[in-house]
Parts: sequence; C-alpha cells; structure tokens
Amino acid sequence: MEDEFQGTLETEGVRKNFMFLNRKAPYGSIYAQEIQEMVLISAAFEQNTAVVFMDDGVYQIKKGQDTSATGMKNFSPTYGIFQMEKEDAEEDEDVDVVWHIVVEKESMEARGLTPEDFVIDVEVMDAAELQKLMAEQDVILTG
Amino acid sequence: MKIGILVNEGPFNHQASDSAYQFTKAAIEKGHQVLRVFFYYDGVNNANKLAEPQSDDRNVSKRWTELAKQHRIDLVVCIAAALRRGIKEDILADGFRISGLGQLIEIGIAADRTVVFGD
Repeated sequence: MEDEFQGTLETEGVRKNFMFLNRKAPYGSIYAQEIQEMVLISAAFEQNTAVVFMDDGVYQIKKGQDTSATGMKNFSPTYGIFQMEKEDAEEDEDVDVVWHIVVEKESMEARGLTPEDFVIDVEVMDAAELQKLMAEQDVILTG
Repeated sequence: MKIGILVNEGPFNHQASDSAYQFTKAAIEKGHQVLRVFFYYDGVNNANKLAEPQSDDRNVSKRWTELAKQHRIDLVVCIAAALRRGIKEDILADGFRISGLGQLIEIGIAADRTVVFGD
C-alpha cells in the first residue's frame, strides 16, 4: 500500500501562521536541533513564521556556545539563517510573508539575560503579548 | 473536519504515542478525515517493525499498520529524524513511508486542525 500515497496535499495559494515554540535547553535533548529543520522547511513553503524562545529555550540562542568538550554539534550558527530569512522576507516587496523571532520577557529576565546576549536580533514580548500572538496562529509546533 | 496528526515521541516512555493512536482512531470513528499522520523526533520509532512487545501488550507499529490498512491513512516518517535513529526502509512496518519534512508543513497548510502529540 506504500504506492497509494505518493501524492502531495493541496497547499497552493494558502498561507498560514506557523509558530515554532522552543521551550527546552539546547543540548540535553534533541528538540532544539530538530525543530530548526522544521522552521527552515516552513520558510521554504513561504508560510508566516513565528519562532519563539521561552523557558529554558532562551538558552538556545545564547552567544558563546562551546560544545567542544561534550562531543555535540554546536548548531547555534543556524539561527543566523532564521534572521536572514526574516530579513529577506522584510526586504522583498513581492513577498508578504511575516516573520517574528520572539523571546519571552519573563523567561529571559528570570535567567539574567538581555537581548544583547543572543546570537540573533529578537523581539522581546511579555507573556500577555505572546498570548495574543499565539491566539493568531493556525499551527503551533513545539520542540 | 480535516485533521493532521503529528507524533513527536516514541512508544513506551511517553503517553504521546498511545494518545496519538487513540485520538486518530476516535477521530475517524467520528467521521473526520485524517489527512496524514507524521512522525518526527523520537516518534519515528513508532514505525519500527522489529519491536517485539510481550504477547499480552499492545504492538505499537502493528496497531498503526492495521489502522492504516483499514482506513487508508497516510503514515509518514521524517527521513532526517529516521536516519539519525536507524529507522530505514528495511525495518519500516507496513503502511508507513519515509519522506521529507515538507510533508509535515503540508499538513499544517491543508488541515483544518493540526494536532500535536508530544511531551
């Protein structure tokens, strides 16, 4: 029955709001690394994209990550691609895709961090503002 | 309603895998259309046909296989997540197929609701 489902679903001309919610520290589990792949594919489909870092997820974008003693891949440079995608979408007048890269204020402050500590530019939103953004989403994917 | 399902956890250690199966079954019984079930993160382990649970317990991959056969559900395992965990064609249970993450984004676009089962 493998042959029955080679087709694709009808997606032509539909643009939805996708949120990618990062809540976990970068290296204790694989969520942070694998959700990056989801974000990049979503961008390729030209969907509105909101990437959110909250709880321990704010550590994912902290500057100065060094994984050399742990044997794990340092995937923090990939966040730079998110920022490039966002900037490309904002600069291209023919593309009206909306991007948000958001850090939740409470999570950031509870960990003694500021926007200068991150490898990419972020919008800082408090929980109430984030709640509004979440309510606007069609799809929320978590990692 | 058109429903898409995302399964983010493997069997046994998390309830997500069982909940996803029960939800999918119940949704179909209620007359909803399940466009696709996508397996990501450790969820790809649900497709491993080599798993041999004890005879008085549920067989996770076989259960999905039977549901897919009965109702023609598209079960898709993410290729990048699968290869990383050693899930390949030769150990893939019947009814599952391996494809790219684009198949997940398609669910989000095409379905009225995308329901995520994770930790």
